Amino acid sequence: MERLSAPMGSRIDRTERVSFRFEGQQYSGYRGDTIASALYANDVTMLSRSFKYHRPRGVLSMCGQDSNTMVQIGNKPNRLADRIAIEAGLDVMGQNYWGSLEKDRLAALRYFARFMPVGFYYKAFYKPRWSWRLWAKLIRRVAGLGVVALDTPHGYYDKQYLFTDVTVIGAGPAGLAAALEAAEAGAKVLLVDENIELGGALTYARFDGAGEAGERTRADLVAKVSAHECIRVMTDTACTGWYADNWLPLIKDNRLYKLRAGSLVVASGCYEQPLIFQNNDLPGIMLGSAAQRLIRLYGIKPGNRAVVATANQDGYGVALDLLDAGMEVACVVDVRPDPPEEEMSAAVMRRHVPILAGATLREAVPSAGGLGVRAVKIARLESATKAARRYDSFACDVIAMSGSYVPAAAMLHQAGGRVSFAADNGSFSVHDLPAHLSAAGSVGGTNALENVLSEGAAAGRAAASDAGFSSAGASAAPSIAEEAPGAWPIIIHPKGKDFVDFDEDLQSHDIENALTEGYQHIQLLKRFTTNGMGPSQGRHATLPAIRLAARRTGAGLDETGSTTSRPPIGPLTMAHLAGRSFEPVRYTAMHYRHVERGARKMPAGAWMRPEYYGAAHSRADNIAAEVVSVRENVGMIDVSTLGGLEIRGPDAAEFLNRMYTFAYLKQPVGRARYVLMTDESGVIVDDGVACRMHDDHFYVTATTSGVDGVYRTMLWYNVQWRLKVDITHVSGSYAGVNIAGPNSREVLQKLCDDVDLSPEAFPYMGVRRGTVAGIPALFLRVGFVGELGYELHVPASQGEALWDALMEAGNEAGIQPFGVEAQRLLRLEKGHIIISQDTDGLTTPHEADMGWAIANKKPFYVGMRSVAIQDSVGLKRKLVGFELADSTGKKPKECHLVIRSGSITGRVTSIAHSPTLNKVIGLAYVAPDQAEPGTEIDIKIDGGEMVKAVVVKLPFYDPDGARQEM
Amino acid sequence: MPFGLIKYALSSSYPGKRFIAARPELKSNYDVVIIGGGGHGLATAYHLARYHGIRNVAVFEKGYIGGGNTGRNTAIIRSNYLTPEGVAFYEESVSLYRQLSQELDYNILYSERGHFTLAHTDSAMRTSRWRAEVNKHLGVDSELVYRDDLARLIPQLNLSEDVRYPILGALYHPPGAVARHDGVAWGYAGRAAELGVEIHQGTTVTDIEVTDGKVTGVVTDRGRVSCGKAVQAVAGASTVIADMAGLKLPIRTIPLQACVSQPHKPILDPIIVSGSLHVYISQSDRGEFVMGGSTDPYPRYQTTSSLDFIEGLMSHVLELLPHLSEVQVMRQWAGMTDMTPDFAPIMGETGVENYYIDAGWGTWGFKATPVCGKRMAEMVATGRVPALIAPFRLSRFENFDQVGEKGAASVGH
Repeated sequence: MERLSAPMGSRIDRTERVSFRFEGQQYSGYRGDTIASALYANDVTMLSRSFKYHRPRGVLSMCGQDSNTMVQIGNKPNRLADRIAIEAGLDVMGQNYWGSLEKDRLAALRYFARFMPVGFYYKAFYKPRWSWRLWAKLIRRVAGLGVVALDTPHGYYDKQYLFTDVTVIGAGPAGLAAALEAAEAGAKVLLVDENIELGGALTYARFDGAGEAGERTRADLVAKVSAHECIRVMTDTACTGWYADNWLPLIKDNRLYKLRAGSLVVASGCYEQPLIFQNNDLPGIMLGSAAQRLIRLYGIKPGNRAVVATANQDGYGVALDLLDAGMEVACVVDVRPDPPEEEMSAAVMRRHVPILAGATLREAVPSAGGLGVRAVKIARLESATKAARRYDSFACDVIAMSGSYVPAAAMLHQAGGRVSFAADNGSFSVHDLPAHLSAAGSVGGTNALENVLSEGAAAGRAAASDAGFSSAGASAAPSIAEEAPGAWPIIIHPKGKDFVDFDEDLQSHDIENALTEGYQHIQLLKRFTTNGMGPSQGRHATLPAIRLAARRTGAGLDETGSTTSRPPIGPLTMAHLAGRSFEPVRYTAMHYRHVERGARKMPAGAWMRPEYYGAAHSRADNIAAEVVSVRENVGMIDVSTLGGLEIRGPDAAEFLNRMYTFAYLKQPVGRARYVLMTDESGVIVDDGVACRMHDDHFYVTATTSGVDGVYRTMLWYNVQWRLKVDITHVSGSYAGVNIAGPNSREVLQKLCDDVDLSPEAFPYMGVRRGTVAGIPALFLRVGFVGELGYELHVPASQGEALWDALMEAGNEAGIQPFGVEAQRLLRLEKGHIIISQDTDGLTTPHEADMGWAIANKKPFYVGMRSVAIQDSVGLKRKLVGFELADSTGKKPKECHLVIRSGSITGRVTSIAHSPTLNKVIGLAYVAPDQAEPGTEIDIKIDGGEMVKAVVVKLPFYDPDGARQEM
Repeated sequence: MPFGLIKYALSSSYPGKRFIAARPELKSNYDVVIIGGGGHGLATAYHLARYHGIRNVAVFEKGYIGGGNTGRNTAIIRSNYLTPEGVAFYEESVSLYRQLSQELDYNILYSERGHFTLAHTDSAMRTSRWRAEVNKHLGVDSELVYRDDLARLIPQLNLSEDVRYPILGALYHPPGAVARHDGVAWGYAGRAAELGVEIHQGTTVTDIEVTDGKVTGVVTDRGRVSCGKAVQAVAGASTVIADMAGLKLPIRTIPLQACVSQPHKPILDPIIVSGSLHVYISQSDRGEFVMGGSTDPYPRYQTTSSLDFIEGLMSHVLELLPHLSEVQVMRQWAGMTDMTPDFAPIMGETGVENYYIDAGWGTWGFKATPVCGKRMAEMVATGRVPALIAPFRLSRFENFDQVGEKGAASVGH
């Protein structure tokens, strides 16, 4: 196609040519061209193949609002060729064909269209039953559009937060006026537009006979906006949705901006609508605004001879633009029987273009090869549903459609607003908008430029005032009569191919037939036909479906309703949403010491912990050695990941008494006590110890992954109880080390001179404050692993120093760090449960044999009533210790089932070979009548084999606790 | 081309018939009123009419049929549950689903794709083994697979150890399937309507009449009807409707969001779920990636979408399947989940005589549609609670006889 001279082509730089490839062929365009415009200039008007019938498709909106221009750019599927600018070396391919874009073998599917009625897949392919599997395979072979390459890299994408007083979405005349006015009032304004320049319709549309008003208005507004210090402009930026409280995602380049938008003005404009007639999807048939964009933005003459079809005065502007671009205009078809004479239609008449009033398009005649249009058949309208049989044929290679408009109201819908359409003339209004949000310009049904400007300014003033910036009184808004956008009648073509939804290849009779089948609710109609469910999300397809449904049911458009407009608005790349994928990992203060010693790391909630130290191939030996070291000498483990909560205040003991099952009112200062938490249904949710530091102060530990929930639960209850306590989540503020083993006292003694570590002065379950190697520390004599041991909690900043000091002090004795696996084994020997491993979503204290941790005499704890009922109802299962009858044979795994007479009675929760006892021991749920020590149980292992085990009394090791209390 | 389509090609006028009649006037009395025109309610109506000869049935639907959670879920069907009660129940559902297209003479596009529940932690591996063991013991095809198996079965899965949550293994359930959710509702509706069931769309129930502990009538915005029995099957509105009958349910209603991408050439056949990452994803026969995540952080009776949700979901999806990074999301929506304390549904009798409840379907309702319809109808028709659904009775919460399915919920504890 011919290029026009400046000022046409505002986006292109004629001094720089850019080469790119399309379908393997080299093309060139100007810097500033989109893929679609550059190809159009090279006479390539077909860009893609349609979803179902593989029909050739080309430019429709020329602004990224339809799916016709979706292409594959390298690894990027379904990209919009009419949005993306060409760059040197860009490699672009068409989509959805078998063979080549031009000669697509699947285009033969059109011959089967008769066999593919609406919803055809519901109606067939299931007899006989097995056949669907084969059909599904075939369907999956031809489904989909672009290609996802499995080696697509995850590129760099990131995110940024933005805040502003007033946000204006859309920089057309309404948005520009709104931004200016809000900024004048002193508000900080963010003006966002998806196009690369400001101006919206002012950049391409025609507002007057002379064709000057648009540019004059644009230049004036843009100059003022650009110069205003309170306005930040973001062009080439897509706002992809509205979320609660004006929380907006903005996409620019490879960044997702998350904007707290302040007071919001939506000036997003409207979508011009195509017409429905046979072959209305051929390349060369486009919206009037698309033809204008080709001319004004890219300096491209769209063709040689055009037919313009319009339902309002805008088509006359299109006709004038086409004439000015040097095209012949065969005629203007005006659906209105008696179009009012106004400036632009008068100008068209002066240029001797025939105007066919009260007529409609019936059929476009494809050019040879079917890749373009050759002529159009035009008939007189007899009624809203009927055209005359007789038609006139007009030769043309371009059809420009100015059907009507629907508002680009997705944001308004998502914010709870509604759009009402008038039945006959296409006019609409928006209402029910929430606070801090207003609509301005054509999105609200205001089209006359003067009205748009004054409405924009008023919206800007109101938004500024809403944000706390009031300005001096406004001048009275001029108001001129609005022209309705018109409503093109939908006349079903008996031979079809009159597309309602281009994305989904739905023809008007598909909609009609779905209505006949009873899918008449607008949502059912959408879901059954898939109308509006393609990538362009019904921008052009929804209104015709509503009109057809309303016509069938006799209901009004309002009553018929609309489908829901969901985010995102426009395509939104998954990588944009994911950003840099920020998944925090927590390391303890001693992490790098573990790494130095070759620890194998494992996740524990948000943390990483050492699983064991040493090489992976000798895993079992490493763990066994760590166990032996604790049992026979001294070992230490990093317990910094333990949850920590500080409970302070006069009601601290009462608070614990309510939160946990045990009794805390009389717990002496300087002593620790076990804590067990149940939920309201009496299910165990967490455990730990409570250290009474002072009458009014407890330090409570919780499990690593449970502490966040425990903290939340505590806050939640105390909102109701109003006890006088402060609850502080201090996990991670302390680093912790548990030094354990018969020689632990001796090692610790070397570093500590202010705490008497003797068993008399500091007995089991005692709590002290003192220093270790000069580091202030909390000392807890607790024993999860069942040996003499001390848990030391120090400020996290001192954790590494504590670790180093203990390692050095223990060097002589041969101290050995141990990991989570050794700890699990040590506690298993001691018969201690691990919450969430040995308990599940229903485990009660009595099932876990923890009746000893229940204070039945106190008036209340969370879950008390449920625990009491469970106790009276009787157990359904019980957690017991077991050992394998044959420790040398096959070993069950955790979660293998306990089976009795073919029924499941329980499962193994923990199992390991105990180096201390030299046998395989474990914990398992069994039926209550299997819980007696000595009972033989069967465990079903891999392969279905049964392994015998014997229930034994817990603990396996040191039943009287002498070792931990020494 | 299949024979079923030939008449469409050859007829001069469109041969399609209405699948449900236009909304009739309300009668004054129905044998059974079903509140809720989703999959469950419609399936119950169908079974009453087809197998129990009870055809004086009205289904009241506030919006349009299948417009609630039936049309909002991600259409996954599986039976790899955790408790023997759950497994037996869902296994019957799967067997009904397998022949549902033939039963309803409507293709619901039931496709077995294989279902993987990925495990990223020791504890997830343990739960997976637990489920696999229970499943196998009860004859359900399920097994624990490890990294090398996954590399073979889902080659595109990111098995790198250099990610935040490396994959350790998965629970593999080969019969795991997807179906067209809307089709299930429409299929049941069409056949039920054919048998005389009245489907009243756009009809809001505003009150339930209980006299002497017995349900006697239902009040709607279009008038009152009396009824012999009533069934509520209203998903996210369970607590609200039950309240009208004077019932308090142990249910919290929490939104659950999902999204779908644009269509692409199919590259992912199996269904992939990750409980730790709160992700489930499959690719539809249209080529769209259908993705869901964990429930919203707090209870609400609204189905609005949030940005946080989709940001988090995408970051996790891309950790599993990084090659989807340039895929574009097309639509995001929400449904409402009725969460029970034990993550199992509630079916059966209530304190109100002749008033039956079908609720508590959390994130597992769609896959139970056929079995629920069959067994609820059996109960309504015979007055006896079928053994298969007895464990799910409402009274289990009073006497601590719960069915702990938390470990088998896909995501979102």
